[in-house]
Amino acid sequence: MRPILMKGHERPLTFLKYNRDGDLLFSCAKDHTPTVWFADNGERLGTYRGHNGAVWCCDVSRDSKRLITASADQTAKLWDVQKGAELFTFKFDSPAKSVDLGVGDKLVVITTDPFMGLPSAIHVKRISGDPSEQSDESVLTIKGPQGRINRAVWGPLNRTIISAGEDAVVRIWDSETGKLLLESDKETGHKKTITSLAKSSDGSHFLTGSLDKSAKLWDIRSLELIKTYKTERPVNAVTLSPVLDHVVLGGGQDASSVTTTDHRAGKFEAKFYHKILEEEIGGVKGHFGPINALAFNPDGKSFSSGGEDGYVRLHHFDQDYFNIRI
Amino acid sequence: MAITMVANPSNQAAKPRWADVDDDNDDYLLPPRKVIGPDANGIKKVIEYKLNHENKLVRVSKTYRVRKFVTNARKHVVERRAWRKFGDAVDEDVGVRLTMTSVEDVFLDRHMPYGSKGEEPKKSQSSQNEEGSGVLQVCRNCGRKGDHWTARCPYKDLNQPNESFPDTSDVTSVKDVKKGAYVPPSRRGGEKSKGSDMRRGTEENSVRVTNLSEDTREADLNELCSTFGPVTRTYVSNDQRTGTCRGFGFVNFVNRADAEKAIKVLNGYGYDNLILHVEWAAPRTK
Repeated sequence: MRPILMKGHERPLTFLKYNRDGDLLFSCAKDHTPTVWFADNGERLGTYRGHNGAVWCCDVSRDSKRLITASADQTAKLWDVQKGAELFTFKFDSPAKSVDLGVGDKLVVITTDPFMGLPSAIHVKRISGDPSEQSDESVLTIKGPQGRINRAVWGPLNRTIISAGEDAVVRIWDSETGKLLLESDKETGHKKTITSLAKSSDGSHFLTGSLDKSAKLWDIRSLELIKTYKTERPVNAVTLSPVLDHVVLGGGQDASSVTTTDHRAGKFEAKFYHKILEEEIGGVKGHFGPINALAFNPDGKSFSSGGEDGYVRLHHFDQDYFNIRI
Repeated sequence: MAITMVANPSNQAAKPRWADVDDDNDDYLLPPRKVIGPDANGIKKVIEYKLNHENKLVRVSKTYRVRKFVTNARKHVVERRAWRKFGDAVDEDVGVRLTMTSVEDVFLDRHMPYGSKGEEPKKSQSSQNEEGSGVLQVCRNCGRKGDHWTARCPYKDLNQPNESFPDTSDVTSVKDVKKGAYVPPSRRGGEKSKGSDMRRGTEENSVRVTNLSEDTREADLNELCSTFGPVTRTYVSNDQRTGTCRGFGFVNFVNRADAEKAIKVLNGYGYDNLILHVEWAAPRTK
C-alpha cells in the first residue's frame, strides 16, 4: 500500500478520530489547530481555529455535525464541523486531557489534569441540541485517581465511565452517582502509565496501551482481563480493527531519546497483533518518530497513524491484508 | 536579394505548410480505428494505425483492462464531499502541498513466519556453526554472512560487473599479490573475492517448487522447507487479481546440502492433496 502523508500539523500529533461514516478524519496536535481531512484522499477540508494550547483529544457526534475538542488551554470547545465555527467553550481550571461523547450525543465526559494543587477530575457535561442554550455546568464531577487521567470513555448505555491514566489502574465509575464500581487488579493490570484506551466497535470490550510495553484487552462490563499483547516498546496508541480480529499498537521510545538513535532502531511501527491468539501479525513502518495516535476507519479498510514527527499517515489496505490467514 | 528573402517567409506563413496538408490527406488512407471488447474479463483492445516519421504504416494496439467499481456512498457522505473548505484550508494551494502520496510502497511486514515463532534463528545458528558468523543474514551480492542484507551491501557497486562474466576458477589469493600491484575491485579483500563465488553459490541454492495448491502461502512453503535447513528467501507466485497461488514458488537455502536434501525428500511429496515437483531453479539468464 502507498500511504497518504498529511503534513498539516507543525507539532506532534496527539489524537485521531474518524466520524461514523468513515469519510472524515479529525486530527489533533500540539499546534493548537485541530484539522479535518477527507479520509479517502487525505485532502484537507478545514481547520478549527480558536484554541490557545495543545489539543489533546476530540470526539465527533454521530451525525458528524458537532466536534468537541479538549485542550491544554484549560478549555474544551464545541465546534460546527462543517463551518469550523466555535459554538461553545467549556472552561476549566486545569488543562483538559480527554473528551468522549456518550451514546446519543447528549452527554460528554471530559477529564482534566492535576494542576496548581488541583487534583485531576472527570467532568460530565450535558450537550444541548441548540448551542445557544448550552450551559457550562457539570452534571457530575468525579475526583480520586492520582495523577493524570489520560482517557475516560463511556461504558455501555452511558451507565458507566471507564477511566485510565498515570496511576496504571483502570476504573469503572457509575455515571449517575460517581461511585467507583470496579478497579483493575494490581497484579494482572498495567504496571506503568496507561496512555491510551480504545473501545471495540461493538462496545463489548476495550483495549488499553501502557508504557509498561504491553496492551491489555478488558471486558467493558466486568473489567475482566481478557488478553495481553506484549511488545518491546512503550505503547502510546492503540486501536482495534472493526472487521478483523486485529489490534494495532503504536509506540516507540521516549521523545527525549529519539534523536540519539537511528530511526530504524526506534521501532516506530504500527504493530498488528491477532486479537485472540495474541500473536504478532506484522508491522507497518514509516514514521520518523513514535506513533502517538492511531485510528481505524469504521469500514476496516484503512487506518491512520499520527506521529511525533507531525505527520498523519493514512493507509488503505491492499487486498493482501484481507487474505492474511493464520 | 534582400527583398525576396523577406518575402519568402511571409508567403510560407500565409499558406498552410505542405507537411500539414500531406498529413491530413493521408489520414483517410489509414485503416480505421478498431475497438474490440471489453470482454468478460474487462479486457478492451484498441487497434490504431498511423504513419511514423519515415512515412511507414505503424499499427498501435493498446490493451486496456476496464474495471467497474461500485461504491455505495451514503447520502451524508456525498453531501459532505461538496462542503466548502474552511479555516486554513481555504487557501487551496497550501492544502494541495500538505497531502502527498508516499512514493514508496509500505507493506505489512510479516517478519515471523507462522509456526516458527522466533526459535528459527537459533536453530540455524547451531546448524551453521562451521560458517563462523552463522546467521540467516546472507548478502546475495557479495556473499557475506551476518554482516548486512543484500539491499545494504556496501560492495554493491564493486561486484556488479561480475554478473556479466562468471568468474573462472583462477581466483588469485590476495596474499599472493604483491603490495602495490593492481587488484581489480572485485578481488580486493580476500573474503570478498571468495564472496563472489559464494554469491553464485547461494544463487544456485535456489530451489523451484511447482504444483503447489492454490491456497499455499509463503509462510507454508517456508514452514515446509525450513525443516531442511536455514532458508534465506521463500517466494510464492501469486495471482495479482485473485491473490491465490499460481502453483509455483522458489526457496533459497543457505547451504547447498540442505537444498539437495530438500529436493530429494520433497520431490514427489504429497502436499495439500497435490504431488510436489521440486527441482533446482534454472539459473538466471545472463
